[in-house]
Amino acid sequence: MHIVVNGVQQDIESGPLTPLLEVLREELGVLSPKAGCQQGGCGTCTVLVDGEPRRACLTAVGAIAGSEVTTIEGLAGPDELHPVQQAFHDHYAAQCGFCSPGMMLATVALLDRTPSPSREDIVDALRGHVCRCTGYVKILDAVESLAGGAR
Amino acid sequence: MPPTFEVLQPTSPDEAVAAFGDGDGVTVVAGGTIVLPDLTYGRLRPRRAIMIGDAGLDGGGRENGALRYGATTTVAALADAPEPLSRAAGHVADREIRAVGTIGGNLCAGHTDSAPRGDLQAPLIALGATVRSAGAGGEHNEPVEDFLAGAGGRLVLSIDIPDTPRRSGYARLDRPHAHSYTILAVSIVAPPDGFEGVRVAVSGTGPHAVRCPAVERALLAGEADAAERVLDDVDPSDDALASAWYRKRVLPTLVSRAIDDLH
Repeated sequence: MHIVVNGVQQDIESGPLTPLLEVLREELGVLSPKAGCQQGGCGTCTVLVDGEPRRACLTAVGAIAGSEVTTIEGLAGPDELHPVQQAFHDHYAAQCGFCSPGMMLATVALLDRTPSPSREDIVDALRGHVCRCTGYVKILDAVESLAGGAR
Repeated sequence: MPPTFEVLQPTSPDEAVAAFGDGDGVTVVAGGTIVLPDLTYGRLRPRRAIMIGDAGLDGGGRENGALRYGATTTVAALADAPEPLSRAAGHVADREIRAVGTIGGNLCAGHTDSAPRGDLQAPLIALGATVRSAGAGGEHNEPVEDFLAGAGGRLVLSIDIPDTPRRSGYARLDRPHAHSYTILAVSIVAPPDGFEGVRVAVSGTGPHAVRCPAVERALLAGEADAAERVLDDVDPSDDALASAWYRKRVLPTLVSRAIDDLH
């Protein structure tokens, strides 16, 4: 089977029940999605599958055959920051960075479906993402700064 | 690490039923929100796994005066389901989990060492839902509470909810942080007037949700302290979220709130 990761088709050797997180990190060397709780509760493994945020730690790769997977590396090119990345940078919304890829990808998906989210919408969208460093406020500020603007 | 067990991916309900057989040694994977972490943590060592996500079990519609939900209907898709099922579904974990978790998987989810799961069981019991399942002895059709009390080893095919006029009430207790499990929840479904045939069910007090006949009888009899009768119907245990003592103290209040919520 194959999946498309950040625009590049990848033939997958791992078995169909292998978590997408393991496929990305171990088989394909894509290290931005993190192995945090590995049971769906922390959000650090979050990637976009066909544009929708998914917990890679509990997505069986065989269930997403042919799908497009987007990780943080796939948001923009090497010489530029995606507006979501820029907003996180400008608002000091990342410290250790462990939660950041998941937070930012969930934000991309949020702005896709709700271009002008309220603070409550943002909290609801990021509800499944744990951050141990920032206290969340700067993350919410960063996302709020993008409401109604560049995506 | 290569799998040491067989993984099947049926592409139709008939194929899924055939692959399941009598269920012996079979692990069913629907959304994967429970099975995949169990595999990762070594809690589950399957002999044969069946991924039913593409087996055409996600259909739904009307069937003989009932609303039918295929086993792999996602929790997110239950947003339009009858109350209190839709309310309970909206409180499951977070949107990413709800997007892939299924009604069938939730129905079959048991209590872990640390927290109750299967939040949809109680609303389904209260709604008088029935389960169509495959396995040893062929296809069965039974009330949800009987399915839950059974020996297991069944492949859920669909869940039917009778489409009758009703009032519903719901009250829950949870922890105020992300990805919180619901500690206790009460679901009540009553006729538009009075309490003839009222159904009350509770989640979070045991291995699976249970019906509360003592509360139901008390409501029908018009007893003022009907909510207190719930302690005759349940025998909660301690877990990581709350002690049995705490659950027994809080449960009558939750039942009372669910009764007040009837609408």
